[in-house]
Amino acid sequence: MSTSAESPPPAGPPPEGRRPPETIKAVPVRHPGRWVAAAVILLLAAMFVNMLLTNPAFDWAYMRSRAFLPNVLEGVRTTLLLTVLAMVIGVVIGVVVAIMRLSTNPILSATAWVYTWFFRAVPRLVLCVLFGNLGILYRELEFGVPFDNYLMPLFGMDGDLRFYSVDMNTVLTAFMAALLGLALSEGAYMSEIVRAGLQSVDKGQTEAAQALGMNNTTVLRRITLPQALRVIVPPTGNETVAMLKDTALVAYVPLNTELWFQLQAIGNRDFSIFPMLIAACLYYLVITSVFMVGQYFLERSFSTNDPVAKITARQTAGGGGM
Amino acid sequence: MTDSPNGAPGSDAMVVAEDVHKSFGRLEVLRGIDLTVKRGEVMCVVGPSGSGKSTFLRCINHLEKINAGRLWVNGHLMGYRQKGSKLYELREQEVAAQRREIGMVFQRFNLFPHMTALANVMEAPVQVRNVPRKLARERATELLARVGLGDKHAHHPDQLSGGQQQRVAIARALAMEPALMLFDEPTSALDPELVGEVLDTMKDLARDGMTMVVVTHEMGFAREVGDSLVFMDDGVVVEAGSPAQVLGSPQEERTKAFLSKVL
Ligand SMILES: Nc1ncnc2c1ncn2[C@@H]1O[C@H](COP(=O)(O)OP(=O)(O)O)[C@@H](O)[C@H]1O
Ligand SMILES: [Mg+2]
Repeated sequence: MSTSAESPPPAGPPPEGRRPPETIKAVPVRHPGRWVAAAVILLLAAMFVNMLLTNPAFDWAYMRSRAFLPNVLEGVRTTLLLTVLAMVIGVVIGVVVAIMRLSTNPILSATAWVYTWFFRAVPRLVLCVLFGNLGILYRELEFGVPFDNYLMPLFGMDGDLRFYSVDMNTVLTAFMAALLGLALSEGAYMSEIVRAGLQSVDKGQTEAAQALGMNNTTVLRRITLPQALRVIVPPTGNETVAMLKDTALVAYVPLNTELWFQLQAIGNRDFSIFPMLIAACLYYLVITSVFMVGQYFLERSFSTNDPVAKITARQTAGGGGM
Repeated sequence: MTDSPNGAPGSDAMVVAEDVHKSFGRLEVLRGIDLTVKRGEVMCVVGPSGSGKSTFLRCINHLEKINAGRLWVNGHLMGYRQKGSKLYELREQEVAAQRREIGMVFQRFNLFPHMTALANVMEAPVQVRNVPRKLARERATELLARVGLGDKHAHHPDQLSGGQQQRVAIARALAMEPALMLFDEPTSALDPELVGEVLDTMKDLARDGMTMVVVTHEMGFAREVGDSLVFMDDGVVVEAGSPAQVLGSPQEERTKAFLSKVL
């Protein structure tokens, strides 16, 4: 560097008072590959559209006549409700389990580990069916003193110490079983996401907060968790989209008000399975696309110009804490 | 009581360290520190990197647990309650309460990046001391003006220079109205032209009578502002005295060797 600064480069700049530079007009590089690719894709697309329109298996008229039946719309509603509820519960469980996992209390930490291990290891489909059949394990749901069947004879007494009992089938409806399966499973995945988020926050933040005399709860609530959101939010969006699709699994609980169940039932009844499969694809495509738009805006607001700052600023301005 | 005769609230000692030991696993980082910081005193701590200066500061506000010895701040035995000869660990909330009278300023500022400068300063009074927001805001405004950042309320840390961030950090610590301020190399992460503004803020603080323990490599600051100077090496206090004494005519070989490198 120093030598080139001292001696001018061989082809040094021309002296002053010269003509303005000539704009380059070169022949651009050709990309024949692009044209070939475009032609091939166009051809394939045309063939595909042709098949959609001419192959009788699609039976579009039939599909249109069935795709908006009240049962199906009810199915859409159930699917959306399940997605939202399972995600909300899953996020709450995820935060709690992540905090337990990172806690210095070995019992809590181990419990959180076992929870995450179990619910990540067992497939969601299996979980949902399992919860659907929980009535076999417990006929009734009872509240009372644990192990009363051993305790009462110990004190020479008859009877039990159960204060309240309710039939399992009234509590554990197919919807509840489905929700439980999805939410508990989601909680395990969310806990890993939240944990990664919390661990991504610089240790100096916790120390600075502790040095100011904050207790651990305040540090978490005001300092660590808000900063962790930046890392937590994007994968949570993905989880929501995945959850939407996984609601199809609860058809096997069986939950008969769910979208996939309904579409399949109609197809089976009319011996027209294929058009209803296509209807299912289209439904999930549309709903997922709407979700993705929401996800795009959410993520954008969380990546530009310190979003967490905006939230906290609003809180500070609004006067209320979290 | 938790108070020791030499650390009693009425006495003129703010920090009393008695034979403080600290190990990380098998590495003994502090090997018996004895020192006293009087009320209103500015004590500068110098020493080579890795000698345990940061660790000692962090022990003072119990960010690190000591393994042996005793540490009193403002008459309170840090981290423990003593009954007879028995020590009981304090609960998390009690430790947090003890830390409230000790402000700490870090080498890397550690401002809360998701809050404005003003919110950074307001946060602890509001969350910890339950000061009403309006009052906290007024005090935070005053403090930011005092460190020369009256026009930077709405800025986030990433919009401030290093020197400005460090001054916000000082204001944030002062907002808790501490009896003692700890500084861990507050200017080491700054560009040279920004060091002065932070040191000036610290000088003002010293002039107002704040008790300060300052780990620093700024010998000029130590000479000008420090009431006492401690040279630490390898986990022990090698030499202590007035800054003029220790810097001007060091007695120990290790002190001489260190000073010949930094002066
Ligand atoms: N949390 C820790 N775990 C293990 N070793 C540590 C930890 N903190 C500091 N140390 C070690 O303690 C020694 C003293 O560190 P420190 O107090 O930061 O020195 P100084 O601030 O004087 O440079 C160093 O050898 C450092 O590696
Ligand atoms: Mg250090």
